[in-house]
Amino acid sequence: MLRFVVRRLLLLVPILVGLSLLVFFWVRALPGSPADSILGERSTPALVQEYEERFGLDEPVYVQYWKYVQTTVKLDFGVSSATHRYVTDEIKERFPATVELALAAMLFSILFGIPLGFFAAKRHGGLFDHGSLFVSLIGVSIPVFFLAILLKYVFAVRLGWLPSVGRIDVTSEVEHPTNFYVVDAIITRDWATLKDVLRHLVLPAIALGSIPLAIITRITRAAVLDVQNEDYVRTARAKGLPPQTVDRRHVLRNALLPISTIIGLQTGLLLSGAILTETVFAFPGMGSWLREAIFNRDYAVLQGGILFLALVFVLVNLVVDISYAIINPRIRYS
Amino acid sequence: MRGKRGFAALVAASSLIVLGAAGAASNVTFIYAGASDPTYLDPALVSDGESFRIARQIFESLVALKPGTTTLVPELATKWRVGRDGKTWTFNLRRGVKFHDGTPFNSAAVCANFNRWYNWTGPFQDASASFYYRQLFGGFKKNESTGLGPPLYKSCRSAGRYVAIVRLNRRSGPFVPSLVLPAFAIQSPTAMRRYEANKGELVSGTFRPTGTYAFQHPTGTGPYKFGSWTIGQRVVLDRNNSYWGKRSPLARIIVRPISNNTARLQALQTGEINGYDLVAPQDMPTIRQNRKLKLINRPPFNVAYVTINRSKAPMNNILVRRAVAHGLDRAGVVRSFYAGRAVVAHQFMPPAVAGYEPKVKKYAFNPEESKRLLRQAGLTLPVKIDFYWPTNVSRPYMPSPNLNFAAFKASLERSGFEVRGVSEPWRPDYVKHVNEGSGGHLNLIGWTGDYADADNFVGTFFQSANPQFGLTRQGAHGVIAKLLDRAEAEVNQAKRITLYKRINRLIAEFIPGVPYAHSTPGVAVESRVRNYKASPVGTERFYGITIGGQ
Repeated sequence: MLRFVVRRLLLLVPILVGLSLLVFFWVRALPGSPADSILGERSTPALVQEYEERFGLDEPVYVQYWKYVQTTVKLDFGVSSATHRYVTDEIKERFPATVELALAAMLFSILFGIPLGFFAAKRHGGLFDHGSLFVSLIGVSIPVFFLAILLKYVFAVRLGWLPSVGRIDVTSEVEHPTNFYVVDAIITRDWATLKDVLRHLVLPAIALGSIPLAIITRITRAAVLDVQNEDYVRTARAKGLPPQTVDRRHVLRNALLPISTIIGLQTGLLLSGAILTETVFAFPGMGSWLREAIFNRDYAVLQGGILFLALVFVLVNLVVDISYAIINPRIRYS
Repeated sequence: MRGKRGFAALVAASSLIVLGAAGAASNVTFIYAGASDPTYLDPALVSDGESFRIARQIFESLVALKPGTTTLVPELATKWRVGRDGKTWTFNLRRGVKFHDGTPFNSAAVCANFNRWYNWTGPFQDASASFYYRQLFGGFKKNESTGLGPPLYKSCRSAGRYVAIVRLNRRSGPFVPSLVLPAFAIQSPTAMRRYEANKGELVSGTFRPTGTYAFQHPTGTGPYKFGSWTIGQRVVLDRNNSYWGKRSPLARIIVRPISNNTARLQALQTGEINGYDLVAPQDMPTIRQNRKLKLINRPPFNVAYVTINRSKAPMNNILVRRAVAHGLDRAGVVRSFYAGRAVVAHQFMPPAVAGYEPKVKKYAFNPEESKRLLRQAGLTLPVKIDFYWPTNVSRPYMPSPNLNFAAFKASLERSGFEVRGVSEPWRPDYVKHVNEGSGGHLNLIGWTGDYADADNFVGTFFQSANPQFGLTRQGAHGVIAKLLDRAEAEVNQAKRITLYKRINRLIAEFIPGVPYAHSTPGVAVESRVRNYKASPVGTERFYGITIGGQ
């Protein structure tokens, strides 16, 4: 197991080099230059030239790449050309928001997706099954931003049950030492703040969790359908075990392996930032930050932010692979 | 006796109500949404609207604009005059003013600020740090870049505690009007020194302050003082209870960034914010139909125009440019696509700016006259032209460029032109191509003013050999450019106005482009918000606003 983990960690090096190349050249392949974006209507050819010289954008691409690698290995992602702040500082502030949102979305999709999929399989071909398939189809096909605006319109604007923007009540004076608001509120036993933070998480989590919910529902349904006709399940039933025990011990536990794989992959994806959801809910995470960076052609943020998120994605996948072995003792890594 | 008791009870009840109301007023928070965070909080180092919005609450300048207008009024200077040489400006300063850190405001503080800008070196000379200083003052004490010109500023000295004398190297008409920009607000010299406002660096070509002043300790004399800033979430400003003017009714202002238009509107509908700026045109009917909300007009301070690039034949021919002017159905576009929130423009500056000339030559939509002019120019009809227009953009002066383009194309094709439309994304291609003159014969673009001076409009467009219009400072343009030089150097406001009126008449004859709209952007607030005076220059002070029954 240790050898496997070390080997996977070493594999990160070529992956990161490849990623850095991809990100570097992708950003430069975008039409136009940051100078034009930053200067806008007030740009003049002289100002653009001065800006490009200052940025080193007039140097050959390989020189720019080498400079980029030299600073990146020191975990120095540079300074945002739009906000003039260090990219690493912004990541420290924004990543916790994205983590909280991603975990809330996953929690929502797991809590609803697994029971939905399980009962759909148990009532295979019935109304509930068709209903859950329809819901998951909607979940996959409805654009996230549309669902987000719809949710806000119903639950915030019309009913007034939940807030429509932000991470916490804007008038709150509570300190957030870790930037993980839920964790901070629990540590300090500030239940009012915890309630407020959770209320702000509900709608974005539902919007963001709609696609994983649909996927988990379908995978659970398929896995349970597969497992429930296996010999060992039929044997368990024949032995006279209560149906709930058979479902819990033999069906669900064995169906969990493909579900855990998909949960891991989806968590990795959600942690990579939810550009649309964060933008619509004015949620100050990585997604809304990267969206601004794309509009501003903010090279430093795009390069640093994407590289960081790619690293997170790869590490989450590593954790998922390791968790296989724990969930399923039949799998052994060497 | 009963009557006396009743009266006493009434007085007591009234007092309680009054006291209650006063108590409520002292706790009222005004929550406002902008589109993004400020860049940082040292106004001398920023040039974006969101940073200026915060700066206008914390800082004050020597002069200001009367709320909701473009009229220059005293602020930290009670009066000012220029010497006979036209280069020495004497400012009489307001007494009894203190910065938020307790430092007294006086002539030494004013000179410290002017000298700070003038003496900037290294990274501070970069355009990303000192954009407006470079624009208005030209250069520094020791220029470190070839792109910088000779400095406008020469020196500043105190003539007593409350008189500051600023000497310039040349006469400048826009000098005082430009001081309303937050970039030239007066900041506390003590706080700037203590929190290292003059420390900064260039990292990967981008300027950033390294002291804490610009992020945590901005210190001015304004009605609000800095409270806190949580990036991506809010800036908190607390009432300055020692303000020299009347105490503001709002105890606290919170400005939060919400980049998405729909999200800003929904936050207003839910009551999570009390107001927001940059209302999208498509959201205006929703706001109008909601009794709990209202739309406030920002006075027009912009111009939408079609550039005519003279460097591309046949646009070098004045007859063809006249044909273009007659071929553009400006009234039709303004009527159809601005929802009643714009007026037809006939010159390159809005009516609110001094120097506007109501009597310029006007070109009514007249397809037959247009064709006649083209034939007179010896051209065979239809005349083929390229017309560039931007995508992925909505500007206050141009909410739907595609619609403007389609209408203009149709009207030009009725007027003897054959139009090839070319669209490009606003950022980065379109603006770049138009500004460097590599766009089409005609291009849709516009401008929102920074400060209330004609120089900020016609001076910006036509004083130099601007490639946007294919200008050369020769011939008819040479005459206009020289007059603009004169107007810039003129310090007598009456003479300046006369000059700019003449310039506007000449521009209308020369037709470097065709202005077509001055639009009225909107600010949305809850109906219970009162005394909100939207400034034409884009951001306003929230001083004086009340909410509900305050």
